[in-house]
Amino acid sequence: MRMFDGRVLLKQVILLFWPLISTWVQGAEKIDSCQLQVLEMLSSLGSAGGKSAKPSFVSYVTPEEIKSEKEPSRKEKHPDLLPGEVVFCSASTVLKYTQDDLSQRGVFGVLLCTNFRVSFVSDEEPTEEMGQLFKNKLYGENDIPLSCVDNIYGGSEDKRKLITGGLVKNKYPSKMIIHCKDLRVFQFSLSFSKEEDAKKIFQGIVHHCLEPKSLRCLFAFSYCENTSYPEAQRKKQTVMFDSVEDWTQDMKRTKGNCRVVSENSNFELSPKLPQYFIVPKNVSDEDLTKYQGKGLPMWCWSHHSGCALFKTASIPLVQEDNVPQTYMEKMLTAVAHNHLYSVKTEDLSDTLPTVQDILLSYNKFKQFFLIDNTTEFWMSDMKWFSSLDNCGWLDIIRQCLQKAVEVVESLEKENTNVLIMEEGGSDLCCVVSSLVQLMLDPYYRTLLGFQSLVQKEWVAGGHAFLDRSNHLHLKDKVESQSPVFLLFLECVWQLQQQHGPAFQFSETYLTVLSDSVHVPVFTTFLFNNDGHRDSLLRAESPHTQRSPLNCPTVWDWSVQFDCKAQDLFTNPLYTEKPKQDTSVRKSYRPRHLRQLSLPSSAFKTPPKKGFFKDEADNLKKILGVKRLSRWMLSPSSDSPQTSSSVREFYEAWQTKPLDYHGLLLPCLDGPSIRVWMQRYLRWIHDVQILGGGPVAMLSKVSEILGEVQELQRQLDRHGCTLTSNHKGARPRAKTAAAVIAARSSVRLSSSFPFVTSRNWAFKPAIPTSLLQSLMVTGMPGNLADREDDGGPESLV
Amino acid sequence: LHYAPIATISYWLPSKTNASRESLKMEPLADCSLLPGEERIIDKDIIYICPFSGALKGKVFITNYRLYFKSADADPAVTLDVPLGAIGRVEKMGGASSRGENSYGLDITCKDMRNLRFALKQEGHSRRDIFDILFKYAFPLSHGLLLFAYLSQEKFEENGWSVYKPMEEFRRQGLPNDKWRVTFINANYELCDTYPTILVVPFKATEEDLRKVCTFRSRGRIPVLSWIHRENQAVICRCSQPLVGMSGKRNKDDERYLDLIREANGTAKLTIYDARPSVNAVANKATGGGYEGDDAYQNAELVFLDIHNIHVMRESLKKLKDIVYPNVEESHWLSSLESTHWLEHIKLVISGAIQVADKISGGNSVVVHCSDGWDRTAQLTSLAMLMLDSHYRTLRGFQVLLEKEWIGFGHKFANRIGHGDKNHADQDRSPIFVQFIDCVWQMTKQFPTAFEFNERLLVTILDHLFSCRFGTFLFNCERARDTNELRSKTVSLWSLVNSDLSFYQNPFYTPESNRVLYPVASMRHLELWVTYYIRWNPRIRQQQQSPVEQRYIELLALRDEYLKKLEELQLSDSSPNSSHLSNSSTPNAASPTQHITHLHTPF
Repeated sequence: MRMFDGRVLLKQVILLFWPLISTWVQGAEKIDSCQLQVLEMLSSLGSAGGKSAKPSFVSYVTPEEIKSEKEPSRKEKHPDLLPGEVVFCSASTVLKYTQDDLSQRGVFGVLLCTNFRVSFVSDEEPTEEMGQLFKNKLYGENDIPLSCVDNIYGGSEDKRKLITGGLVKNKYPSKMIIHCKDLRVFQFSLSFSKEEDAKKIFQGIVHHCLEPKSLRCLFAFSYCENTSYPEAQRKKQTVMFDSVEDWTQDMKRTKGNCRVVSENSNFELSPKLPQYFIVPKNVSDEDLTKYQGKGLPMWCWSHHSGCALFKTASIPLVQEDNVPQTYMEKMLTAVAHNHLYSVKTEDLSDTLPTVQDILLSYNKFKQFFLIDNTTEFWMSDMKWFSSLDNCGWLDIIRQCLQKAVEVVESLEKENTNVLIMEEGGSDLCCVVSSLVQLMLDPYYRTLLGFQSLVQKEWVAGGHAFLDRSNHLHLKDKVESQSPVFLLFLECVWQLQQQHGPAFQFSETYLTVLSDSVHVPVFTTFLFNNDGHRDSLLRAESPHTQRSPLNCPTVWDWSVQFDCKAQDLFTNPLYTEKPKQDTSVRKSYRPRHLRQLSLPSSAFKTPPKKGFFKDEADNLKKILGVKRLSRWMLSPSSDSPQTSSSVREFYEAWQTKPLDYHGLLLPCLDGPSIRVWMQRYLRWIHDVQILGGGPVAMLSKVSEILGEVQELQRQLDRHGCTLTSNHKGARPRAKTAAAVIAARSSVRLSSSFPFVTSRNWAFKPAIPTSLLQSLMVTGMPGNLADREDDGGPESLV
Repeated sequence: LHYAPIATISYWLPSKTNASRESLKMEPLADCSLLPGEERIIDKDIIYICPFSGALKGKVFITNYRLYFKSADADPAVTLDVPLGAIGRVEKMGGASSRGENSYGLDITCKDMRNLRFALKQEGHSRRDIFDILFKYAFPLSHGLLLFAYLSQEKFEENGWSVYKPMEEFRRQGLPNDKWRVTFINANYELCDTYPTILVVPFKATEEDLRKVCTFRSRGRIPVLSWIHRENQAVICRCSQPLVGMSGKRNKDDERYLDLIREANGTAKLTIYDARPSVNAVANKATGGGYEGDDAYQNAELVFLDIHNIHVMRESLKKLKDIVYPNVEESHWLSSLESTHWLEHIKLVISGAIQVADKISGGNSVVVHCSDGWDRTAQLTSLAMLMLDSHYRTLRGFQVLLEKEWIGFGHKFANRIGHGDKNHADQDRSPIFVQFIDCVWQMTKQFPTAFEFNERLLVTILDHLFSCRFGTFLFNCERARDTNELRSKTVSLWSLVNSDLSFYQNPFYTPESNRVLYPVASMRHLELWVTYYIRWNPRIRQQQQSPVEQRYIELLALRDEYLKKLEELQLSDSSPNSSHLSNSSTPNAASPTQHITHLHTPF
């Protein structure tokens, strides 16, 4: 105990002085080194003491210990810290407003800022936590991971001001409002704290949430140094696309006929290119080395007909220089050679919104859900639809889906190769290519398949997660910030909403995934590309000689959720495709892909059978004249008016019986594109449907699914073999059945599982300000003022 | 006691003829037998100008009940099956002056959100024939003919007219009691000709009081009880506006009467919900109406709910039709939707009902009225009752609710819908009931396990609101129904429904008897009822069953099958001699779905 005491003391000293250190020192770099030193000190202290398998800070300073040693002090109260987590500063008697009313009620507690999160620890004893089913192991309902902080506002009584880093001097506002990227809103009053504490916590939070920092400062690094993950275990689940085998396997699965490139395994070709990738057969070794990988057609997926989808980063055209153009022609020819000498190209930069458009639109959109008070909420309710329309977010979603459908049409109906391109080749290319694969390939609609898809197209595909999220608040990266990955998840949600039973994963899974982007623990979202990750993890490794630092990926869901909570990730509506017969099984493989194509008679033959040899010259001529105009090589659709063709394609598909294990197309009509209610409305008290919402139905499905599974087990125990027919319908997926069944006495609300209804009064929300904006104008003869039934004469 | 509203009720004997379920799929007329009593009038070659798939050649049949079209060459065949009752307007288009072989057009505007266009050849006056016949049979009342409901010979196992018995319903609510009594003062419709015969009024109010109050309420529609809360005895009363007028008249009897309502459960302040916008309520003074002033009704608080009148609603739905038929507005769909105000009106109606239900839950009695108390009032009381009383969320309970609050209390169905009447521009027409059903649908959407009935019931109700096949929604009030011997001469819609209940059952229904449902009246949660308003658009995938429902039903079947198997196994375990297992062939594995509706058991 005595040894421990010394360490505790030292740590407390550091903790005590940390806020001072952090506020004194100006400039990101210095802080980094400083912070790292402290972290190192702490971790070395941890590992030096005792023989604990997992040396961690938390094992030394627990609230109980402090209590037993000294007089109980509020100041020491803090959450259970994670391995590698350090408290920077804290303030007691902070009032956290109960968000859902205007009464300015709240709870007192301690507000802390650590190297991982902003955390509020209530002074009140935690009430019966029956809603803790879906507890995130990394952060609780009153914790905000630093990267999850979106905006901080300082407020006095009636005004609020956006706080930007660097401008904070010696002042602090009486009220601090934090908007989170997962759309939670926190309001803290600092008026009851000691002035010194209030100032420190405010400055600390602003500093750590808004000021530029280096990547090493992200929590992942100190977290990973202090935890160990069995690497082998995660490997076997999601295909990570970090080896030749993974790529070869995926190409084989889709019967692709391209070439796996391993020349970049040490990032010699380009750090921006994936470690391994696939190109058309006709791309030569020499071609690989030009333009740092720009213009190189990267294989995404092969259609069963043989045609394939490729993506590329476009080469900026230099007027005088003809070299890139000939290179591009060569690459196009290589793509065309992949199947029937046909290719369509689509420059997404021309036809889809830019990453800046996406950011602007999303910034408007998210404001509708960051609700500070209910009056404001109900005020905005009347103009809800037009506001939604004006921000354009749903329209961007629609455009992405539509573009994906166009590509699907080319692959499925015309069997042409498609090359999509954009500057950089790793934003909208990722969105569109992943959507195409989700629509065409049922494998990607399974949970593991989907995760593999994200690995393939986004992580290996080099989507610049770090720059797009700008976790580091670097001033020069403000421009590159954009929620592109979220846009993709939105599109997936739309598909899932329209064709629920086709997806093995649930809406909750997508919501959680969208939140996880802002939890700076997972390597998945921390880097800009493979090369970036590799160099950093190697550099950060504690044992430089050996393997790189081992960090969890987001797919290690057990880092965040226990098994029961993970059960909520599966969709109870999903059934596996019934396998026909065990005897035919061997020749089964990707044959189902063949069956999923459209009924052959209607679409089999494209208008022209693509290009043959002698037309190749012609093709080159076209290339020479019109550089990369869209759909330039399309044999059929010359008009840019693709939307009507897409509509026909959809209509033809729609008249056929729906096969959830076949081709899926989204309906793009106005009423079909909707707002992702669970993600966006989950924290808003006034719109929770208590005891209702889709979850009311789904939980019943889960319940009965649980019963069926239990019965199956019993039958199995009896040694009863179910006929193959039954096996087909037999649910295999592990489901949330048991979980929800156990809760069935509890009334779920529409924001399940994110918010529990325990604190909510059973009082209906009555819209305020109903009539204010209701303008009934332009009525012939002013009907609004008229009597219901005739004039005065009819009144007795 | 004479409380059956009609002297003669002929009970339908269970007949051998198949109760013809409304087939949702359209079949060729040859296969789809005509309804008993339905007669073929004319058939003609015609071209249907389909807004979705272009001009289609085919044949049209017109009977005294329906217009039926089947295309000749399209594959799959396009069919139309439109009850003539759903037709609102028939117009000629083009003619001698226009060009082309098929230049003689017909434009048919339907009440169910669609328009039909046909083209005919010039020869043989084919258009004139069709037009004349359509005009005559679609608007029989304008031509001295009977509505089809009076010609129908349909027989059902169930008699829908016996679904609602006012006394039984009041007894279910625990009435009469020591505070509320049943009065037969209106047995001959002498007190109020648009009210039902049986009324519940404060125990302390004498018949004489009622007559006096009657003079001060528009059209004699005095405040009467609609619903009482079993525990706290708070009541929902409904009425029409007081006849205050410009001079601000007062009526001591009316004031005292409202106070009796308040007194009945010791409510401190009676809340009067005036459904109208306050501006309109004020304007009504000019025409002799008005609202309860503070000074006159001291123990009452008046709340305006800002719901607009029937004309506004009619125009709103018209605008909605413009943006969804034939094509869904493409650019700025949401702004277009907002500009129709349809969902905004829905929101106001629902939030009004929430306020009523909330007051009642809190133990305060309320009085609800609008101008005449048969449109907005009916919407509010019935929605509030749906929120408060789980009985009305059952299949039969919902029928009772409609019979009681809408049909019984004289929502002017005949005028609002214009059954069999050619005057399509009649200002009395308005989709108030459609709006109400939409509100119910919004509630079922928000609470998918709280209602015993499914969406199909709601659509069926709306279809037969127009069809004139059943007597249920005909005429304006009970008195008119009596005069026209409706209940003895026509069939009730509930006969159809209750003869095939499983078709209208929601498999997710979980009864929770004492639960008050508060829907969220935010635009965030209100959605356009696509499967009703846009159902004619083939791009909107019409699913017979939602995937969730389908999956649930499959699982239920699987569970029952496994249970059965397990039982067999346990049997064979206990009696090793019997060879149960090998004998029992698996009960048809092919289609669990077909069984399931019967297997449904709440658990």
